Amino acid sequence: MATTLTPVLSKHWDAKSSWTLDAYRATGGYQALTTALATDPADLITAVKESGLRGRGGAGFPTGMKWGFLPAPDGGPRYLVVNADESEPGTCKDIPLMMATPHELLEGVIITSYAIGCHHAFIYLRGEVVHVYRRLLQAVQEAYDAGLLGQDVAGSGFQLDVTVHAGAGAYICGEETALLDSLEGRRGQPRLKPPFPAVEGLYSRPTVVNNVESIASVPSIVRYGADWFRSMGTERSTGFGLFSLSGHVQRPGQYEAPLGITLRELLDMAGGIREGHELKFWTPGGSSTPLFTAEHLDVPLDYESVGAAGSMLGTRALQIFDDSVCVVRAITRWAEFYKHESCGKCTPCREGTYWLVQVLQRIEAGKGTHEDLDTLMDVCDNILGRAFCALGDGATSTITSGLKLFREEFEAHLNGGCPFDPAAAALFEYASGSATGGAGTVGA
Amino acid sequence: MTSTTTSGSAAAGTVVPEVTFIIDDVEVSVPKGTLVIRAAEQIGIQIPRFCDHPLLKPAGACRQCLVEVAMPDREGNLRPMPKPQASCTLEASPGMVVHTQRTSAVADKAQHGVMELLLINHPLDCPTCDKGGECPLQNQAMSNGRATSRFVDVKRTFAKPLAISTEILLDRERCILCQRCTRFSNEIAGDQFIDLQMRGARQQIGRFDPAVLGFDGGGELPLFVGADEDGNPLTRAEGMRTAAEAPERPVGPAALDESGHPFASYFSGNTVQICPVGALTGASYRFRSRPFDLRSTPSVAEHDSNGSAIRIDHRRGVVMRRLAGDDPVVNEEWLTDKDRFAFTWQTAPDRLATPLLRDLGEDGAPGELREASWAEALTVAAEGLAAARDGAGVGVLPGGRLTVEDAYAYAKLARTALGTNDVDHRARPHSAEEASFLGHAVAGHGIDVTFADLERSAVLLVGLEPEDEGGVIFLRLRKGVLAGRTRVFSVAPFASRGLARVSATLLPAAPGTEPEVLDAIGDASDPDLAAAAEALNGGVVLVGERLATVPGALSAVLRLARRLGARLAWVPRRAGERGSVEVGTLPGLLPGGRPVSDGAARTELAAVWGVEKLPSTPGRDLTGILTAAAAGDLRALVVGGVDPADLPDPDLALRALDRAFVVSLEVRASAVTERADVVLPVAPPAEKPGTFWTWEARPRPFAQALTSTALPDHRVLHALAGRLGTDLGLGSLTEVHTELGGLAAWSGARAEAPHVAYPEPPAPGEGQAVLATWHTLLDAGRCQDGEGFLAGTAPRPVARVSAELAARIGVGDGDPVTVSTEHGGITLPAVVTAMPDGVVWLPVASPGSAVRTTLRVDAGAVVGVAAATTDGEQA
Repeated sequence: MATTLTPVLSKHWDAKSSWTLDAYRATGGYQALTTALATDPADLITAVKESGLRGRGGAGFPTGMKWGFLPAPDGGPRYLVVNADESEPGTCKDIPLMMATPHELLEGVIITSYAIGCHHAFIYLRGEVVHVYRRLLQAVQEAYDAGLLGQDVAGSGFQLDVTVHAGAGAYICGEETALLDSLEGRRGQPRLKPPFPAVEGLYSRPTVVNNVESIASVPSIVRYGADWFRSMGTERSTGFGLFSLSGHVQRPGQYEAPLGITLRELLDMAGGIREGHELKFWTPGGSSTPLFTAEHLDVPLDYESVGAAGSMLGTRALQIFDDSVCVVRAITRWAEFYKHESCGKCTPCREGTYWLVQVLQRIEAGKGTHEDLDTLMDVCDNILGRAFCALGDGATSTITSGLKLFREEFEAHLNGGCPFDPAAAALFEYASGSATGGAGTVGA
Repeated sequence: MTSTTTSGSAAAGTVVPEVTFIIDDVEVSVPKGTLVIRAAEQIGIQIPRFCDHPLLKPAGACRQCLVEVAMPDREGNLRPMPKPQASCTLEASPGMVVHTQRTSAVADKAQHGVMELLLINHPLDCPTCDKGGECPLQNQAMSNGRATSRFVDVKRTFAKPLAISTEILLDRERCILCQRCTRFSNEIAGDQFIDLQMRGARQQIGRFDPAVLGFDGGGELPLFVGADEDGNPLTRAEGMRTAAEAPERPVGPAALDESGHPFASYFSGNTVQICPVGALTGASYRFRSRPFDLRSTPSVAEHDSNGSAIRIDHRRGVVMRRLAGDDPVVNEEWLTDKDRFAFTWQTAPDRLATPLLRDLGEDGAPGELREASWAEALTVAAEGLAAARDGAGVGVLPGGRLTVEDAYAYAKLARTALGTNDVDHRARPHSAEEASFLGHAVAGHGIDVTFADLERSAVLLVGLEPEDEGGVIFLRLRKGVLAGRTRVFSVAPFASRGLARVSATLLPAAPGTEPEVLDAIGDASDPDLAAAAEALNGGVVLVGERLATVPGALSAVLRLARRLGARLAWVPRRAGERGSVEVGTLPGLLPGGRPVSDGAARTELAAVWGVEKLPSTPGRDLTGILTAAAAGDLRALVVGGVDPADLPDPDLALRALDRAFVVSLEVRASAVTERADVVLPVAPPAEKPGTFWTWEARPRPFAQALTSTALPDHRVLHALAGRLGTDLGLGSLTEVHTELGGLAAWSGARAEAPHVAYPEPPAPGEGQAVLATWHTLLDAGRCQDGEGFLAGTAPRPVARVSAELAARIGVGDGDPVTVSTEHGGITLPAVVTAMPDGVVWLPVASPGSAVRTTLRVDAGAVVGVAAATTDGEQA
């Protein structure tokens, strides 16, 4: 039985002025809030636990359990912080969601805040997306004006303020503790854990940090129930999610479907691979996840199955590369991203990415050696699991998996450079000379 | 290494539960909360590390200390953790099984991997690096690294070295970004002048320089360009651009401070010492020697009454540098920059090498000094002193920088060979009230308040600026405050940056009104005064030496301590003062707190000293001695290390020195030398053994670091007494110690407590203000001579003006303001400061601000204050 799309979050993205409060309300928006405010907060947490909702930011930690880690109220503040610092190459789900229906997120923020006893929630947004920032600010203002935020949320007596904060464009600030430091006005670098944010988070107070999509999924769970949510997806990866297809597909975009759908099914919906080409490799969850190939077309895209197949579901950012693409080139570009974005706190990530880029650039330029390939693998081994936070691990995923899957292609570069024509892979007019960032550049 | 857990638990007096776990198959039990890396040290297992430091919070940044760990789950089954763990951030837990590089291939590979990564961007310039030979990176690269690197690509480079200050240089290429320096600056000193900037491989330590961060207006980075042969910075006197020359900087807390320097921390040298690579170096030591050519002698710093443990590193008889010693009881592992860098005064060009004699000219007027033999000089000195002793009398001014052994010799010489109680070591403003206070509440009391107490009790500071007058006290207070165990109150005219960093509650007092404020502590109508009384019950009161300038203040302190049940300690600035009080270089005090006026005390001491009797007439204090000498009522003076400019009335001092027959015992030529009849050179601290007493009364003995022919004061005085017909019996350190050790504690009555009523505070008129003044740690003092790099980090001398007064005289921040008396004026840039109206503050002895010489007044005096024109004239 072919899996079908299950639009929930994206259902009304095409509605007229979908980002306005009126448009959101016209499609039943904020009904879940009314239900939630009449429910005991503990029951809301139970409902989310029972739904099986897992964090949509990449790690897949059960959302309800995370909320349950908060210590008992002590009279002091506790915070909800929404991680909207979507920065991973290939990942493009939260930004369209906030762009199209920011109230969906806001409703989730209000319900979650009510459930965990938070009176000041923060949305930490990637700073470059100014248009989304404006939409969010506008939505928050509308919500205040409509009495959905402020001293008396929807007449319930519950008090909540929401602050939208624009970051300054650092990948590291998507790491939850670096995000908290940045939000506090400090240099964005990950904190030592423990203490975990649930115990000492923002301003050293108990804090829940959740991804945009996770929080935006909460209203639907309240509205339709945990059982409805569990009816989608697999046993341990319940519900639906946004699958972002990009690259060499006919119709790239966000496909909202139950977890467990396969790339083969998604590609069918997206019109298949670019005309006249074959699938070569793809990322199941963004650039921090090990590469898959056509062999993995039927791997169910849920946390367990993808993990069992040797990668990670991550953020369901499916970057599709057809046979025109040089894998060395793609991996080098990703490595350059990680080098550029390494926060510098720990040695393995800071120095390792600096080194990897130089080796990869040499290989791409035809100046590599066989030893370089071994060095790449070993340096990755010395980064993976040795870095301070998970972002260092992510830098190695495509390199180690790429080397395992496409070693011959790497070797083919060793004598004379890249056998591919970059223009053939480009989906836009390609000017030669805008080629690689230039092997041998340093310190950029 | 400092054992933080044990001292912490002992302090709290609670029993910390033990945790038993296994490292490399060895069972180990440690107090709960111990980090795995510390526990491993206890059983002799060294895990390589860089960012870890026992006195700093864990960072986990360098990843060098990775180990393999397995933990029991809820059922007790051992579960290996999927990734190697940083042992510097991991607390030991029961049943944990740790495998270090000794027993785990995974840990060993992880450590080798991190080490290789650390070295890819490191210049490997060990042969020209100051750290080479004592470098944790070099050492651990040998023990835990690969023999060769696989890195064949291009290293990241930086211009170097960057001058963070005149004293601290940064080679960013060598930096491994362990953040020890920034963590020290934030966590310990509270001077957040350097921090990480940029990210990734371009991440670097910096001082928020606009040139690094790419802000508009960012000029060239100040690069260190070296020093001339005398060690002076080449570019200019201070080695760096002044605030006026520096380009516009972005406004913010990390911009230039009032001193005009971005890293004007009194503790900056510690960052050099804890840097595990050669990234931070001291300008004064750069390229001067190799660690393996140095000989190290543990010693004690001579610049304040904290008695910090230091290590003197010397080569072929020359001190090359000083480092902090490791002494958990006193300075832990920290040192002030003055204690660290200011040692060149001991070998300054004006060092006295031989005795000097001043012959009388044919007309009977004093001639020039000439070199003389010890025998001749001692004979001439003894003849002159004997004549004076048998006539009008001799006064003795030992100065406040002596070891206990030397001070004791002065005390004994005065009472025996010279037959007088006219002896006073206080080369600073003093009072009879203070003398009574010292006799009553300080001398002979032993250790009561300790450094450790400052971390766990409420502390009231009275007339004491801890950062300027006792850096270690400041660090201990800050540590206690950050841990939530100490609360600090201060009776002072304004909240300095130092007070702000110990979150002190200011009990504002204009100079002269301190006794009033002290008596008002507990006043329920003022929340701060009420809170102080509550907190200080059973707390500590620290009294600074400048309280001697406030009539009634020390009497009020004693009243307060009694009233609150607080313990009391007196914190003098100079290293020798506490010990000198103890051994009796005060006109009314004999050794051990024996009052001169007490017949039994005199008899007891006379028996020990083997003399018939001791003079019973109470002596004159320093001002009394100088007044008498200037008037011809004292004919001779024996003067130790005293700088007339430090004295309450420098002019009186010079007149007295001009008139009297002066025997000077000095390390370096001074204003006293110019007026001395006999000059007897004595040894500086590095060239003699001895003992300083901390303000706590803790003896701090130190050995002789350098071989030297220079004699300590007690040996010179012993010889001099011999010429005067008295066997002082203090010709060797052993003799001094035997005699001091044989002195029984005084069981008789102490000196009477002072009961001085406080007068009405001065009322400044139009265009006048009350003067507040104290020494900054770094100033124009003679013990900082010859160290230009250090001088460049001194706070810029400013005149602090209360806001209302500034408005009345029409000056704003930075405007020149002139403070004057009938004797002269001092013009400095104004800093408008929140303090009681009508108060102006000047540094006592900073460049351009010689308060006592120029104004001839001290704290509490009424002075004129006016806006100055740019050429320094009063408007």
